[in-house]
Amino acid sequence: MTDVATTAAEHTRRDFLFIATGAAGAVAAASAIWPFVSQMAPDADTIAAGAPVEFDLTPVAEGQIVKLFWRGKLIFVRHRTKTEIKTAVETDVASLRDPEADSVRVKAGKSQWLVVYGNCTHLGCVPLGNDGAFNGWLCPCHGSVFDTSGRIRQGPAPTNLPVPPYEFVSDQKIRIG
Amino acid sequence: MKTFKLIAAAALVSGFLGGVAQAQHAHELAIPPRNEWSFAGPFGKFDKTQLQRGFKVYKEVCANCHSINLLAFRNLGEAGGPGFSQGQVKALASTFKIKDGPNDAGDMFEREGRPADRWPSPFPNKQAAAAANGGALPPDFSVIAKARTYPRDFPWFLVDMFTQYQEHGVDYITALLLGYSDDTHGVEVPAGKYYNTYFPGNIISMPKPLNDGQVEYIKGADGRSQVPETVEQYSKDVSAFLMWAAEPQLEKRKETGFKAIAFLIVLAGLLYFTKKKIWARIEDHHSQA
Amino acid sequence: MSGHSTYVPKSAIGRWFESRLPIMGLIHSSFVVFPNPRNLNYYWTFGGILAFMLVSQILTGVVLAMHYVANVDLAFNSVEHIMRDVNYGWMLRYLHANGASMFFVAVYVHIARGLYYGSYKEPREVLWILGVIIFLLMMATAFMGYVLPWGQMSFWGATVITNLFSALPGVGETIVTYLWGGFSVGNPTLNRFFSLHYLLPFMIAGVVVLHVWALHVPGSNNPAGIEKKTDKDTLPFHPYFTVKDAFAVVCFLIFFCWFAFYIPNYLGHADNYIEANPAVTPSHIVPEWYFLPFYAILRAVPDKLLGVLAMFGSIAILVFLPWLDSSKVRSGSYRPAFQVFFWVFVANAIVLGWLGGKPPEGLYVHASRLCTLYYFAYFIVILPLLGKFERTRPLPASIAEAVLGTSGSASAMAGSVAASPNTKG
Ligand code: HEM
Ligand code: FES
Repeated sequence: MTDVATTAAEHTRRDFLFIATGAAGAVAAASAIWPFVSQMAPDADTIAAGAPVEFDLTPVAEGQIVKLFWRGKLIFVRHRTKTEIKTAVETDVASLRDPEADSVRVKAGKSQWLVVYGNCTHLGCVPLGNDGAFNGWLCPCHGSVFDTSGRIRQGPAPTNLPVPPYEFVSDQKIRIG
Repeated sequence: MKTFKLIAAAALVSGFLGGVAQAQHAHELAIPPRNEWSFAGPFGKFDKTQLQRGFKVYKEVCANCHSINLLAFRNLGEAGGPGFSQGQVKALASTFKIKDGPNDAGDMFEREGRPADRWPSPFPNKQAAAAANGGALPPDFSVIAKARTYPRDFPWFLVDMFTQYQEHGVDYITALLLGYSDDTHGVEVPAGKYYNTYFPGNIISMPKPLNDGQVEYIKGADGRSQVPETVEQYSKDVSAFLMWAAEPQLEKRKETGFKAIAFLIVLAGLLYFTKKKIWARIEDHHSQA
Repeated sequence: MSGHSTYVPKSAIGRWFESRLPIMGLIHSSFVVFPNPRNLNYYWTFGGILAFMLVSQILTGVVLAMHYVANVDLAFNSVEHIMRDVNYGWMLRYLHANGASMFFVAVYVHIARGLYYGSYKEPREVLWILGVIIFLLMMATAFMGYVLPWGQMSFWGATVITNLFSALPGVGETIVTYLWGGFSVGNPTLNRFFSLHYLLPFMIAGVVVLHVWALHVPGSNNPAGIEKKTDKDTLPFHPYFTVKDAFAVVCFLIFFCWFAFYIPNYLGHADNYIEANPAVTPSHIVPEWYFLPFYAILRAVPDKLLGVLAMFGSIAILVFLPWLDSSKVRSGSYRPAFQVFFWVFVANAIVLGWLGGKPPEGLYVHASRLCTLYYFAYFIVILPLLGKFERTRPLPASIAEAVLGTSGSASAMAGSVAASPNTKG
């Protein structure tokens, strides 16, 4: 397969052709792969279904925790008692693993309502309410303990239970999302 | 191989048989006339204003009996469709009551529609739909433009492959809507049924749904509708709308297809010359061997 | 898939690995240095095209399966969900649906190539039979795939085809009930068809490996139908045939894209956009185009059992072809009388396909019978006798001679080789 003596000019022309063909082939392959990757992303239906949900707080009694879903994700709505609020507010923020004051985790003037995502920030299990050393949540999987503000206090979870985007549309009604 | 022989022979034989067959079936079905569609051909695109008009016809007339279960309100504002604004879609959705639930008390309830909701069915179930229509179930419209066609005999079905004629369904629907006639050509039409030139068997349970002036189109600056408010125009508009509803990705498909094919032709050209170059070594290869 | 390789990896890691699993050497000897007859024409690129289509079907199929739901209440809408909401879902689904047709286009060309050039003859009988097995598996796969969207054609196609087995005396009904997992085509049927539709392509891939293995024992047949003798007769697979196959695959892809992007429903049936309804049979039910010739044979026979046997027989007979054809000359290029019968056979198959799509009445039935008769006669009467009576043209002394036309009588023949060797093109 040795080449006959070719002039330098022929050589470059041939090399250019080979490179152009190879490049075009690579572009074709790359563009063919994209749809296969893109189809993994949430589809239009799933995205549209993520529309905000409204939730009426009236039936939630003091001390009660209810669960609801937004975009398929679990959310806790907790009607906190006076003592629960008090311990949450009085905790020394600097001592926390993920320092956050209780006031930034609730809406002003609505501190009895705590709304947080319901999956443990360790590996996603659902913590049990009104349980654990701080009477907030205790995760059954690997023992993470959250306080009444949903902040991580003990165990392997690295961060607090995050607060989803929500707002009060009326005194007793919130809209999540 | 002598491909031409094969094609010629096959053409001859099937052409002959086709001719005979056509003669046999000549009386059977009226062939829907072909219309001009903006979405036909390799560069086809929907005419947004036509889709909006067609949607109005569907909403005001057809939707009384025909569901369109797969159409979500949000689709009406998506790219490649009638191009309603997000605000219009939201406003439209909110005029509908959607059944939801059960709530915490275990009850079903009604709420305002949202863009993500599907178009609510005019009847609670198929049985109710059939019962309300003399026992005939009005078909769902989600993909009806692809679910209907008419037979294309030899050699036309081969020609369609090259001309990309794919609008059999919409042409049929348009023809059907225009196909009502008082002259039943001697066909006995039972009470509560109607004669239609293009419906297979000619006897249809749907009464003539459209009449001139029935649907009011948006008026232009001169105070007049931009297109005639006639049965013919309504039929075409609603057919176009149904084509979009059946194939909302049509525009994207044709655009992508053009890019893909154009690129592949370039690649084929490059490969052709590369191949020639490589095979030119052959003499040398053998002088070495 | 053959021979021992002299391949030595350049890197130390490569050599370390190669001495433990000599896979690079296998690939090198099978697809790099493998000596291919130099006179192969473009009909020989369809093997590569088929391999490409199998991979394409598997890739698109696996992603479709990520979104598809095999349940009678949800299947139809899940396919429409793919078409509307999944990113590029419309593309993946149309590529998959049309890809099945393209697969069959390619396999029919591939089979016709084998029939014309006598590729089934000794020493390639096992290679040929493995091909027939692939063909059968493809048919089963495509049939079950077509059931998945759960439209009217899916449902009634499944009903009719599974009922074929009821023709078997005694055990027929039981077999059909077992196929269905119930007393009619229903949810259990759909679920098992999905499972098998997912499985069979991988079995095809396995048989393809055997097919290539068997191919690499004697090497490819070629338009002249004579075995390679010296190095002069061959060229290394890479780069000569890799680049030629790549060119052919891209040309085929253009054809494929024309269908998938511009006329994606041309090869389908409008009725399959109506959800399955066990209470209403569509007025005109026909299988996919690639089954039509066999469907025509089924309907040509007025007896249920015999019709079914004729249909399966029309494929099974291919297995015996290597022993039915009595000709000593392999390539059809040197058999003028054979060429006539061959092209009539091809035209006959196309006409059978056309008839399979027509209602089974009047003239169509008579024509189907005639065509069915020829189909079987070709294998059972014509090929066994032809080899004994026909006068063949003289064969070239070697492949190189067939290409270059160097010596006397053979060079005169080279021009008349039906598929002119195109080592240049
Ligand atoms: C030999 C390769 C294959 C062939 C010939 C084939 C053929 C088909 C056909 C004819 C259809 C019906 C298309 C339609 O009209 O909608 C289909 C559907 C389907 N196939 Fe395949 N297929 C193959 C491989 C695969 C593989 C490996 C998978 C992987 C799971 C797969 C998954 C599916 C799914 C989920 C559907 C239903 C979606 C749809 O109908 O579009 N296929 N296939
Ligand atoms: S998941 Fe909660 S502690 Fe591990």
